[in-house]
Amino acid sequence: MMAAVLRGSLVSLAKGLTGAAIKPLCARSLSLSANQNASETPPARADSTFKVTMVPGDGVGPELMMAVKEVFKAADIPVEFEEFHLSEVQNMASEEKLDQVLTSMKTNRVAIKGKIHTPMEYKGELASYEMRLRRKLDLFANVVHVNSLPGYSTRHNNLDLVIIREQTEGEYSSLEHESVTGVVECLKIITRVKSRRIAKFAFDYATKKGRNKVTAVHKANIMKLADGLFLQSCAEVAELYPKIKYETIIIDNCCMQLVQNPYQFDVLVMPNLYGNIIDNLAAGLVGGAGVVPGESYSAEYAVFETGARHPFAQAVGRNIANPTAMLLSAANMLRHLNLEYHSNMVSEAVKRVIKQGKVRTRDLGGYSTTGDFVRAIVGNLRHRPVH
Amino acid sequence: MYKVLERCGVWISGQRKAQEVSRVLGALTSQTQPRTFSRGLHTVTLIPGDGIGPEISTAVAKIFEAAKVPIQWEERNVTAIKGPGGKWMIPPEAKESMDRSKIGLKGPLKTPIAAGHPSMNLLLRKTFDLYANVRPCVSIEGYNTPYTDVDLVTIRENTEGEYSGIEHVIVDGVVQSIKLITEKASHRIAEYAFEYARNNQRTSVTAVHKANIMRMSDGLFLRKCREVAENYKDVKFTEMYLDTVCLNMVQDPTQFDVLVMPNLYGDILSDLCAGLIGGLGVTPSGNIGANGVAIFESVHGTAPDIAGKDLANPTALLLSAVMMLRHMGLHGHAKKIETACYDTIRDKKVLTKDLGGNSKCSEFTAEICQRVQDMD
Repeated sequence: MMAAVLRGSLVSLAKGLTGAAIKPLCARSLSLSANQNASETPPARADSTFKVTMVPGDGVGPELMMAVKEVFKAADIPVEFEEFHLSEVQNMASEEKLDQVLTSMKTNRVAIKGKIHTPMEYKGELASYEMRLRRKLDLFANVVHVNSLPGYSTRHNNLDLVIIREQTEGEYSSLEHESVTGVVECLKIITRVKSRRIAKFAFDYATKKGRNKVTAVHKANIMKLADGLFLQSCAEVAELYPKIKYETIIIDNCCMQLVQNPYQFDVLVMPNLYGNIIDNLAAGLVGGAGVVPGESYSAEYAVFETGARHPFAQAVGRNIANPTAMLLSAANMLRHLNLEYHSNMVSEAVKRVIKQGKVRTRDLGGYSTTGDFVRAIVGNLRHRPVH
Repeated sequence: MYKVLERCGVWISGQRKAQEVSRVLGALTSQTQPRTFSRGLHTVTLIPGDGIGPEISTAVAKIFEAAKVPIQWEERNVTAIKGPGGKWMIPPEAKESMDRSKIGLKGPLKTPIAAGHPSMNLLLRKTFDLYANVRPCVSIEGYNTPYTDVDLVTIRENTEGEYSGIEHVIVDGVVQSIKLITEKASHRIAEYAFEYARNNQRTSVTAVHKANIMRMSDGLFLRKCREVAENYKDVKFTEMYLDTVCLNMVQDPTQFDVLVMPNLYGDILSDLCAGLIGGLGVTPSGNIGANGVAIFESVHGTAPDIAGKDLANPTALLLSAVMMLRHMGLHGHAKKIETACYDTIRDKKVLTKDLGGNSKCSEFTAEICQRVQDMD
């Protein structure tokens, strides 16, 4: 269902924007060009370009976006960005700004986004802009595909797992109050509707990507009602997908298993906070926040971002940020826009540079700057895969 | 009084600090007649537990005997019983023994699957107000995991937070679960963490939180940590988001020392850290309560499939017992037993199945006993 909606919206979007490249999605590889092998030969240049909303966010976000723009330009990718600077820490956040982003999103339906940093100081408003954007667009599903990068060795290699996180309710409800002085209550909200929605998304995702197993992560032994409801919803949805194996695991055990034997997992689905934990933990397993791409979906919109969302403020302006995650995410965005050829070109170039191992940023143990790394990728763009 | 504390391995700096002496030593400071842990015979309540519990408890008792630890065990069984008014409680003999000895060692307990039956661990936690869960995670040489050189301690607030147990169905299909953070409990756990760091020669304390999302509740926790940190200038204080800790933990766990956090985060992180060093079978744990009560335990399950077969691995309970000795100020005995245990694992000659060997629990125990005796 979910996938169908996404697909539907994508097709209608494509119709509105390009003349040449419209064919049903099922014929994706052919629709890109008249040639036999779409991914090897550039498609005929589309008449018009895709418009994508860009929110660079805070920290190294703008630097990562520079990298994306540079690579897109060099690869001659028919995408045009509408840039919005929304930042709470730099006093560049307002209802008006938020509305602009939302309006732009309504027409573009696709965005690429950095992390909007949330200052810790509580100033009367409990929900951060990051959260408000998420809620306004109803970006309920966050997908992080944790995949080891060939050529970069960590403690756990050849990892391939997908983390699907509900990100509109749960602990992130922004409902808190001080009942009496010195006692704060924080509400975690779990609803059947949203639990079923994310479970369905996870099973649809697994079906679409040919995966075998979905594991629900919970703490229903303690939060019997809340996580119990989540678990029950997952189990109900699981019955509709008899071909996909369904398992459950308690969050603390899941974390322990992830560092001991992460290979047992395939697709993981979970409520908000646990998703935040597992996303970061799993990103750490394959090289850190700089290398894992992520994306968020609503029924209509798709937002591409890094898998572990950190502003990485201490690296600002030092030319040391690793743009791998953002570039891979941008490549995923191109695939979402049905620009398969360009998507492959970007992701192949990134992976090739990492595999060669000559140019690496500091977080991967190299000495190169962000600029060097981006130049290396640009240099690898036109390289044809050898079959 | 201070001399006694010093003999117990507690370092006290100045008159002012003496007022903030660890809650570990609550028993000492609160009693008019100070108990000298380093002299005489101490009573420790032993709760062997279920499944493999009795075997591993016997193993620990044997090793203690070999090391001539001045302890006498007072064995008590713990099963939940229904008290007057239908309230679940632990048997009075066990409670009374704990109240007297103040120190307990406990094997795994199984929670019967029956309607309304409380978790045994939860019941113990409530009975003795065990507010702090302490888990030192130290890499064990010879038992290889992808991570080496892990040496950190997680300190978890154990009485409130997400585990408040307050949940309601608002309307059908909508549940709210309340996370409770109080000033008092936050202050108490922060105080304990810093005191622990100081007493155990650790240099830094990291508060783990999510105050960017839960601005009020985690904000309160963080504020209390900051306040307490002011009084412990000799201990470095840092604060970090839970997600950042997870991200960094699996990449480079050596950057962490003492971590202090609310309940759920502690639950997750302590198991994650246990995973780094090889799982719950080798991770010790201690629970610190009000009024000087402390219960040390192995946190693994009861392993009913291998119970009674002499196959269990007593390492986690033994290392918990070592923690207990340190807590009681018996540092010499603690060191001796710990070294014997680590040496046995490093030599890889006599190991239980889960550690990659082929020996029985009794053989593993005998090997440690031998090494302990050889040290004399």
